[in-house]
Amino acid sequence: MQAQTRQADRTAAQAAGTMVTRCWSCRGPVAEGAPFCPTCAAVQPPGQADHFARLGLPRGFGVDAADLDRRYFALQRQLHPDRFATRSAHERALSQQQATALNDAYETLKDPLRRADCLLKLSGQDVVAEGCNLVNDPELLMEAMERREALAEAGSTVEVDAITRATRADVAACVGGLAAAFSAGDLAAAGRLTTRLKYLQKLVDETRVRKLQLRG
Amino acid sequence: MPELLQILEPGESQKQEREDGRPLAVGIDLGTTNSVVAVSSGGAPRVLRGDDGNGLVPSVVAYAPDGSALVGELARQLLLERPEAVVSSVKRLMGRGVADVKSLEGTLPFEVEEDSATGGMVRLRVAGRTLSPVEISADILRSMKDRAEQQLGRAVDKAVVTVPAYFDDAARTATKDAARLAGLEVLRLVNEPTAAALAYGLDQQAEGLYAIYDLGGGTFDISLLRMEKGVFQVRATGGDSALGGDDFDHAVAQHFLGQRAAARGRTALSVAEVKAALMMARVAKECLSSQADGDWMLEVGGTMTRVDLDRATFERLIDPYVARTIAICQGVLDDAGVLPEDVKGVVLVGGSTRVPLVRRRVQEFFGRPPLANINPDEVVAVGASLQAEALTAGSDTLLLDVTPLSLGLETMGGLVERIIERNTPIPVAKAQEFTTFQDGQSAMAIHVLQGEREMADQCRSLARFELHGIPPMTAGAARIRVTFAVDADGLLTVGARETTTGVEQQVAVKPSYGLDEDEMSRMLYESMRHAKEDMALRVLTEARVEATRNCNAVAGALQADGELLDAAERAAIEQAVAAVQAAVAGSDRDAIAAAVEELERVTRPFAERRMDRGIRAALRGVSVESLDRQGDKPASEE
Repeated sequence: MQAQTRQADRTAAQAAGTMVTRCWSCRGPVAEGAPFCPTCAAVQPPGQADHFARLGLPRGFGVDAADLDRRYFALQRQLHPDRFATRSAHERALSQQQATALNDAYETLKDPLRRADCLLKLSGQDVVAEGCNLVNDPELLMEAMERREALAEAGSTVEVDAITRATRADVAACVGGLAAAFSAGDLAAAGRLTTRLKYLQKLVDETRVRKLQLRG
Repeated sequence: MPELLQILEPGESQKQEREDGRPLAVGIDLGTTNSVVAVSSGGAPRVLRGDDGNGLVPSVVAYAPDGSALVGELARQLLLERPEAVVSSVKRLMGRGVADVKSLEGTLPFEVEEDSATGGMVRLRVAGRTLSPVEISADILRSMKDRAEQQLGRAVDKAVVTVPAYFDDAARTATKDAARLAGLEVLRLVNEPTAAALAYGLDQQAEGLYAIYDLGGGTFDISLLRMEKGVFQVRATGGDSALGGDDFDHAVAQHFLGQRAAARGRTALSVAEVKAALMMARVAKECLSSQADGDWMLEVGGTMTRVDLDRATFERLIDPYVARTIAICQGVLDDAGVLPEDVKGVVLVGGSTRVPLVRRRVQEFFGRPPLANINPDEVVAVGASLQAEALTAGSDTLLLDVTPLSLGLETMGGLVERIIERNTPIPVAKAQEFTTFQDGQSAMAIHVLQGEREMADQCRSLARFELHGIPPMTAGAARIRVTFAVDADGLLTVGARETTTGVEQQVAVKPSYGLDEDEMSRMLYESMRHAKEDMALRVLTEARVEATRNCNAVAGALQADGELLDAAERAAIEQAVAAVQAAVAGSDRDAIAAAVEELERVTRPFAERRMDRGIRAALRGVSVESLDRQGDKPASEE
């Protein structure tokens, strides 16, 4: 009982200044974004929480992978449709929506590129369109062309592997740069680095395709 | 589940079904060659065996002239005697169309119905009847259900059924339909490698990255899983739904028939002779797992020919197939971005992993001897039974699976626009916007595809539908939002709507290779003599679950906010709850519905007061409980 009260306290406190919604099951108040009703424990719709809030993380580029996994697993343990297999159809549907939203949040935050995109979007920055605006960055455009050429000319998997390694090192450096840009609040730099990361990851994919071609 | 404990009081009609008050669910491995059923209780799984102690039931069905089906070893023995009435390896046809089967021509021991008027799923001519693979699989599942009911002495109507991880949407839907026809509610479709990992992980307390190499009779799967403290997270999966031990048999049978042709000249073969050659090839394959060579007598056209095979030749015959599995393994490791040495263990699943060449190649590739200490034929059913128990009785384990194949739409020029990439964790939902390409275009054809290729005609067609009623606009102005949702069973739902005008279109997706709803209802009606009672029972059960949920919700609210009521109001609510509980103990669905409605009416003012207080508290930045106990106090910032 005590635990339930504390839980209700916390949930209500979180709701302060935000929205209170009605629990579909007991029809009492529930804080917007709470996965369960504090009173009757019924699973709630996923709501509009952003990916960071959903996983209980502060907004920021620095995300510890092991910590992210722990949070994701703990939430999926409660919300996954496997936990609702014998419940009513409505509860099963809500659990699926919750697990879907959680997967989306996890997949976004796990990947540096998608995380950077998400942060820029949350900061109101226009996200770089698919296909990249390489054209706006002649240096990047030149680099991209040279790498692609080298990849096309690579005649063995060993040569491709060398390109893969170099590109991966660039990816790591770019991710490091993004962390610095975000923590300094330099969104313009973060935007540029996100475009660069998009291109670098595309190149990593292309090296894989090239390797498959060479293997036959 | 506490609700279920409450609603299944002694004295009810299904008492004998659920003696311990819990729904009983089994795990079924519906295999290409053999099927296995297992049950788990208290975390201790056991395979349900026949009188001979064998857990494996051959996935072979023989049909009598009256239409009755015989499944298992006896059917297998009739394979040669009455080939026109016996079906094997039907799993290879699940969710497949006539065109798919054409491409497999000659490799399947079936007579395919040529009439493709229905377009959809392929049909077989068996014993003078036309049957779909779904119906034949349902007969196999029904026999697994019978075996379980006999052994457990109670009715079994829920199951976890396994499918190859690489099964596409059509094949998954077909499997679920087959279970429905057999009178089984599928609690979850679980991927075979994941089920094997579950059995393995719980048994061995494995932690780290594991590869599950599953080579069955007709399908190959490789899955890469991270196992950690009860979490089974699939990282990547790949495979080929038409590659397996059957291909080995085929290569060997062709070798034998070649030897025969060399000795006696070429003759046309009957279906029975092809089946006999395949059966002999299978015997030879199994012998060569332990022996270096052997010879056998092959009968064709009434004459016997001696055929022989040594292990080196056998391995040369099957090497291309094994090499293909290794190439797929490499692709899956690449997908996950890991190297073979990162894999902590390789688990072998499926009867075909008994072939020495397979074990050798797997060991060479991963650089470590594979693990096979759980019977590879039974490990999938064992895992399925563990999951069945987890779903009904609760568990700490968590299976996080992925989509095996990318899902997308055909766009202009026959290109594929991917919406959900392969290896995305499920459940998942993604939406994408498309537009019209002609002025005033009022309809749009939507073609749903599954696969990794760039061109639509190289991918698997899952469904086609049309979105009508797009308001006339200039080309490119309409915004059509297409949503793909994949549930925890890996099944896809597609929706589309035009967003600029808010005009929403309801679209029904007709599976290209499935059974439509009418067909399904007809089959259900024909196959279940008690269809009506079953349906009534299901509706009653659902009403009980819902009513009990309502009572629990009210009890929770009374406990938390009871002081908002005066004694009379509280008494009225408690009386309404008691009425619902009484109705739930009976079996009148209408009475339950009426009692629930009354409860909702009586509690409405209570709910309003609770909401009012919750909103007031939130606006003041004060939690509900502290308002009562301590008066106003600012809440701490989170």
